[in-house]
Amino acid sequence: MNEPMVKFKDVHKSFGDVEVLKGINLDLMPAEKVAVIGPSGSGKTTIIRMLMTLEQPTSGSIIVDGENLWQMEKSGRLVTANEKHLRQVRGDIGMVFQHFNLFPHMTILQNCMTAPIHVKQENKASAKARAIEMLDKVGLGDKLDNYPSQISGGQKQRVAMARALVMRPKIMLFDEVTSALDPELVEEVLEVIRDIAHEGRMTMVLVTHEMEFARDIADRVLFLDKGVIAEQGTPSEVFGHSENERLDSFLRRFRR
Amino acid sequence: MITINALNDVFPILIQGIKITVSVLLASIVLGYLTAFVAGFCRLSKNVILRKITGFYVEVFRGTSLIVQLFWLYYAFPILFGIEVGSNFWAGVLAISLNYGAYMSEIVRGSILSVAKGQTEAATALNMSRFQRMRLVVFPQAVRMMLPEFGNYLILMLKSTSLVSLIGMTDILYYGDILRSSNLSQAPMVYLLVLIFYFILALPLIWLTRKLEGFSKKGVASQ
Repeated sequence: MNEPMVKFKDVHKSFGDVEVLKGINLDLMPAEKVAVIGPSGSGKTTIIRMLMTLEQPTSGSIIVDGENLWQMEKSGRLVTANEKHLRQVRGDIGMVFQHFNLFPHMTILQNCMTAPIHVKQENKASAKARAIEMLDKVGLGDKLDNYPSQISGGQKQRVAMARALVMRPKIMLFDEVTSALDPELVEEVLEVIRDIAHEGRMTMVLVTHEMEFARDIADRVLFLDKGVIAEQGTPSEVFGHSENERLDSFLRRFRR
Repeated sequence: MITINALNDVFPILIQGIKITVSVLLASIVLGYLTAFVAGFCRLSKNVILRKITGFYVEVFRGTSLIVQLFWLYYAFPILFGIEVGSNFWAGVLAISLNYGAYMSEIVRGSILSVAKGQTEAATALNMSRFQRMRLVVFPQAVRMMLPEFGNYLILMLKSTSLVSLIGMTDILYYGDILRSSNLSQAPMVYLLVLIFYFILALPLIWLTRKLEGFSKKGVASQ
């Protein structure tokens, strides 16, 4: 049996006095596509932000490909990971954000070349070729020299995906990537995610409000409620029938 | 006729002062911006002691008068501590650049802090190191925000160079004062010309500030 790609062990997270996550246990298998749904404030985003090292868990541990993400061994004791350790472990993880977060002072092409050149020490020519290949893949091969301010929200989000893909992550995190988009731009972004998912190599975690989409591409759906995984299963299990009242009332709001 | 003669007398003398004014300005610009960046980054440092010391420097130099700082550097320091800053040129340059450096360090700090947090997060997600995040993502955007303010301070610095005449430097104002004291009736003409000199020197700086404002509007994600 395959080892899990990512393992959450009793992960808690508090912001001040508010405990957002109350003990998350979760295994993500290689190439597994997991959709995380749930009411706002349930801690969905916090889960993937901790995996991306943007947020430190209050307790518990996260294991990525066998390595403890937030802790490291120092003279026989486990201590909070330093920047160097985080960099070593998070190299296989990529993330796409709700608000794109493209670098506004760089062209589309530069957005996708900077990290490979500076982080992975790739040479400029191969980084450029790879960036163009990925931008072509997301349908933006003709926008290379544009700046982020010159393209639409849907295009920005597709650039953000190309920017993450050039780093060849084994795990891709999607944080409500269509929530900030005008309705007519949502589909073009979902289309790209679908393509990536069908290639199948990456572990993907999608925090989303697009229920149809989650049902479509996810192998497993997690329903997060009040800081715990309240329900999980295959899309048909979770979306089909459920004895969980909270899940039921949550899903009913998405049905007409 | 009288005024034209006066102009002919006054102009060549005043122009001798330009060299000092401009050289004090240029040296102050270089040292002032350097101070601003060093102090600005120190105030953002993780090291508490470094932060406190820099904060103390900034508040002292913002909170006291530039003329008094100038006199301290030139007259008081050599007597109290035996520290000679070298010449009245360096005393003037140091006073101006430490004073304006303190103000501008706040611009540096504020601009860096106002780059949207999502920028740092996106850079982290691309596995950039702390230094790379600053150098490649945050700083280039922060600089664009600093530029218009920096332009304003350029003009202020030019005007404050006139203070060095008080420690015996032969700048434009110094020659103006000499002319006025030798012939009081020429005072209006002398000081009018002094004003015009400063204004002409400021023109390129004003133009530069406008340019910088235009440039800074592009390519920033602020909070």
